[in-house]
Amino acid sequence: MMSILVIAEHDNQNIKEATLHTVTAALALGNNVHLLVAGFGCAAVVTQAASIKGVVKVLAAVHSVYEHQLPENMALLIKEITFGYSHILMSATTTGKNIIPRVAALIDVQPISDVISIESQDTFRRPIYAGNIIATVRSHDAVKLITVRATAFDAAIIKGNSTLVEVIDKVYDFKKSEFIRDDLAVSERPELTSAKVVISGGRGMENSENFKLLERLADKLGGAVGASRAAVDAGLAPNSMQVGQTGKIVAPELYIAVGISGAIQHLAGMKDSKIIVAINKDADAPIFKTADYGLVADLFEAMPEINEKLLKYID
Amino acid sequence: MKIIVSIKRVVDYNVRVRPKANASAVDLSNLKMSINPFCEIAVEEAVRLKEKNIATEIVVVSIGPQEAQEQIRAALAMGADRGILIKVEEEAEIEPLAIAKCLKSICDAENPDLILMGKQSIDGDNNQTGQMLAALAECPQATFASELFVDGGHVVVTREVDGGLQTVRLILPAVVTTDLRLNTPRYASLPNIMKAKKKPIKEISPDDMGIDISPRVTILRVDVPPKHAEGVQVADVDELLDKLKNEAKVI
Repeated sequence: MMSILVIAEHDNQNIKEATLHTVTAALALGNNVHLLVAGFGCAAVVTQAASIKGVVKVLAAVHSVYEHQLPENMALLIKEITFGYSHILMSATTTGKNIIPRVAALIDVQPISDVISIESQDTFRRPIYAGNIIATVRSHDAVKLITVRATAFDAAIIKGNSTLVEVIDKVYDFKKSEFIRDDLAVSERPELTSAKVVISGGRGMENSENFKLLERLADKLGGAVGASRAAVDAGLAPNSMQVGQTGKIVAPELYIAVGISGAIQHLAGMKDSKIIVAINKDADAPIFKTADYGLVADLFEAMPEINEKLLKYID
Repeated sequence: MKIIVSIKRVVDYNVRVRPKANASAVDLSNLKMSINPFCEIAVEEAVRLKEKNIATEIVVVSIGPQEAQEQIRAALAMGADRGILIKVEEEAEIEPLAIAKCLKSICDAENPDLILMGKQSIDGDNNQTGQMLAALAECPQATFASELFVDGGHVVVTREVDGGLQTVRLILPAVVTTDLRLNTPRYASLPNIMKAKKKPIKEISPDDMGIDISPRVTILRVDVPPKHAEGVQVADVDELLDKLKNEAKVI
């Protein structure tokens, strides 16, 4: 029986939420799902990986060359273990997009990016043209290499008991690339891509200080704070908060767009949200065409009022 | 230092595309075409490196129909030195793997120190070609670049990753794919547009290079996604909160 390999994304301490969603996509292809954890000092990740429901085997490649999941070393490693796998999947995050195409070229496969639906073993659906078109595609390659859009699949659950772990002692060091540093945004709030509530600000926020209006609401609702490209370009928010075609794709229960006009590139990142609220003083802003509830108002009046009155409405 | 920039001719980012009536493909007839915005950023970065006397020559490569010459000319007008058009049939669907193989062949002939390209094209949204070229050329790669500087035989690149920023150092030759905030591309001046008309563009075909570009993936159909239901306008904050609580039940 052919197996399915999922490449885990992690920071050597915790497995990324997106990987759990990718495991669910893998389970739609078959039951024999293996998970590769390549990292360094990542024992906790291996333990987490071994307790994901549906994963029957964890492959652990633990060495300093894999510490930062540099694509050069990861691709050489994955290439060596492809034998016996019909599908290799990774989340369509910046890490997955960095690694999977490199592996694919090494084994002469045309990968499928950003899969949102698995129709059969070889047929998948994926958005193109900023999500304005959904293409149904069939791969003719012997091995399918896929990146998975996390918001399109539920997260696999962590079940507690643990599965088999196989150690891989292969060490691949490409040597021509070197990790210098990470400058990661630290936030106590949930990850944007998995938050149940996302409140995003656009250029209408005027300055970064005003994002506190959104943070206050996010904290009351247990949500995350995002931003439009215009807001990030203007320096109002860091790139890690960008929602859109080239930023993060989110699909929360509730998305609140504040001072965002609604360019199609932004809509590409949030239009699959269940309920969309738009708050904008411009009644003609295109965002209102995609919103379930539109409030034409000055955000600097509406947001404090929402923050004040919300407690009456939430339990 | 020699730089190769690869660019793609795509439907202009302001144009909204539709499927053909039989849903077999996207209808591209009579649409405004442009340089893919991320590729334009790659050209701009190369030109800036030349203006700083770091780069000595910029070669622009595109794979596409005869009309893709227009986009190569636009890049030459921005400041690139010469062009190469890898010519294919108008309707040909060239996949990233095939593009990467063609570019690898160009790199073998040109021996660039740095290869710049957009992180993705806004039509296929694949985000693959740079990584695949790097693998085939056995080069290191930096995707999602928001800052880069060349330091002797290295390039140091800041990458926009999901959690924030990551900095890597690569030994040249290397492949770097550009993100939105790397720079703001210039508008070509009229004298430079005129000058660009005299710059050489070489034509070559995948056949000439012995590369099989037949697709590995078949597009079975294309559809417009279900539209998010058009909603209602609420009068004030109280009505909004009431609806979120009692109608949508999300708070």
